[in-house]
Amino acid sequence: MGLVLLGVSVLTFFIAHVVPADPVLVALGEHARDDQIEAYRKAYGLDRPVPIQFVTYLGRLARGDLGVSIRTRRPVADDLGEFMPATVELGGAAWLVALLLGIPAGILSAVYKDRIFDHLSRLGALAGASLPVFWLGLVLLGIFYYRLQWFPGPGRFDIVLSPPQVRSGLLVVDAALARDGAALRNALGHLALPALTLGLFSTAVIARMTRSAMLEVLYQDYVRTARAKGLQERRVIVLHALKNAMIPTMTIIGISFGSLLSGAVLTETIFAWPGLGRYATASAVSLDFPAVMGVTLVVALLYTVVNLLVDLIYARLDPRVRYG
Amino acid sequence: MPASTPASATDRLPLKRARRGRGRDIVRAARRSPLAAAGAGVVIVYALLAVAAPILAPHAPVTQFLEHRLDPPSRAFPLGLDQLGRDILSRILYGARLSLIIGLVVVVLGGVVGTAVGITAGFVGGRLDNVMMRITDVFFAFPSLILAMAIAAALGPSLTNTMVAIAIVTWPVYARLSRAQTLVLRRLEFVEAARAMGLTDVRIIVRHVLPNALSPLIVQASFNMGEAILIAAGLSFIGFGAQPPTPEWGVMVSEGRDYITTQWWVPTIPALAILLAVTGFNLLGDGLRDLMDPRMRRR
Repeated sequence: MGLVLLGVSVLTFFIAHVVPADPVLVALGEHARDDQIEAYRKAYGLDRPVPIQFVTYLGRLARGDLGVSIRTRRPVADDLGEFMPATVELGGAAWLVALLLGIPAGILSAVYKDRIFDHLSRLGALAGASLPVFWLGLVLLGIFYYRLQWFPGPGRFDIVLSPPQVRSGLLVVDAALARDGAALRNALGHLALPALTLGLFSTAVIARMTRSAMLEVLYQDYVRTARAKGLQERRVIVLHALKNAMIPTMTIIGISFGSLLSGAVLTETIFAWPGLGRYATASAVSLDFPAVMGVTLVVALLYTVVNLLVDLIYARLDPRVRYG
Repeated sequence: MPASTPASATDRLPLKRARRGRGRDIVRAARRSPLAAAGAGVVIVYALLAVAAPILAPHAPVTQFLEHRLDPPSRAFPLGLDQLGRDILSRILYGARLSLIIGLVVVVLGGVVGTAVGITAGFVGGRLDNVMMRITDVFFAFPSLILAMAIAAALGPSLTNTMVAIAIVTWPVYARLSRAQTLVLRRLEFVEAARAMGLTDVRIIVRHVLPNALSPLIVQASFNMGEAILIAAGLSFIGFGAQPPTPEWGVMVSEGRDYITTQWWVPTIPALAILLAVTGFNLLGDGLRDLMDPRMRRR
């Protein structure tokens, strides 16, 4: 994993430095004087040779220093610390949506194979995996916020309310801890539409995988044996089939976290959600490379850690991995 | 040789039979996997529309009918007009052309590079294999849209750079797939035989390994076409891909986003076009995978 992270930092550095676009001109504008440009390059270390810049960059990285954002003029690590909780909250909620909808849909689809539920669920999964997430966000906002006004609009929280005291940074959790019902309702209301938008793609992928893994398992001898023993069908499905079908599904659940992070960029843009995705987009537009590199690096780290956790859970679920 | 000689006549006979056989195979495959057939149908229609866009489109994609701006679908403008009075049908057709090109370029670029890396790594093995696979691991550590966005931002927003960025994001999948195939194939007798005959490595790879490793790569290519179209649209939506007034579907949704509640067709029709095209490629990929997987055939 260390090797992968080193590779990740090399690649992000490479992208930011072997580029035709000039971040200095973007920051200072086209009419900047030469001496201003020179001073700027010096201030951000852009005047030194690229290999030296890279070594400095790695040294700083090891100390958790991601440099200073050209756009916000604050340390990138501080910026990320500020925007991370919003993305974690949104991503976590979307993941929950995907698991709670995707796994049951996949199981029922396999159990009732070729019946009407199976057809509808497969069609839904297919559409969910092919739908542009940014349009879905627009439609949900258009219907449930502008037209019906069932949900609050973009953003994380209404400014007219006073936010709960920051403990975890996750508004829903903080509001619950503070026992502030109004804040909790407001935070949940703001979270619902973006979580649904972001979670749909993963729901589709997880439902498809659960279905095919369940189908694979339902035809195995041990399932037939369990049925022959006279076990209730529900016990057969949950205890014997599902447990084994979850093994391949786990891998997809881990990988789907990556698509959640990708989708967060689009979802956060539409819902004005103040998270890493929106920060990344805004930074990339202004060629703020320390910030872009920081986000890319942190997101890759997050993704790698999640997949490592998934591997560990995998080993718990599957004795063959543990003792193999 | 004159066509009437017995030799050529007997030559042609099995050929004809083979052709008829292939036709029958396609019908049988379509019956076995109607979803794949549906996917293939969508993809074929989409490709035809894209190729024939200049003939089929009633107007140029940038021609403005300002007096009709935001008009709903009508007989004169079957899919309505956008906020600048441009015919949405014409823009959708030209957009199909663009997304087809994006998909093809990404698949060819990513597929060729990835397959070359994967087959070489698997065939040569040892340290080279190790290094190449660690490099693909690094690429897998990034969520695709985020890496593509970073690359697209660095290269500068344009359609060409979008394609390059997406290809850079997608090649590792082909590398892994083709390496796995090669590891199995290189131990089989026919490769040993080719080696015993003194063929060079390059020749063995091109003539014997590659053709036998192709099926999962073709399935992947189909999924990849859909994925590329989605990522490209997403990048355009946030401003890193094609730029207005290009009739790219993601740009069209982005430009029409303010009209979602009042003139729904402006952002919705390009979104449905994306949905349909991507669904077609996903269906086709699913179907091809099922057809090529002997275990799925029984079900």
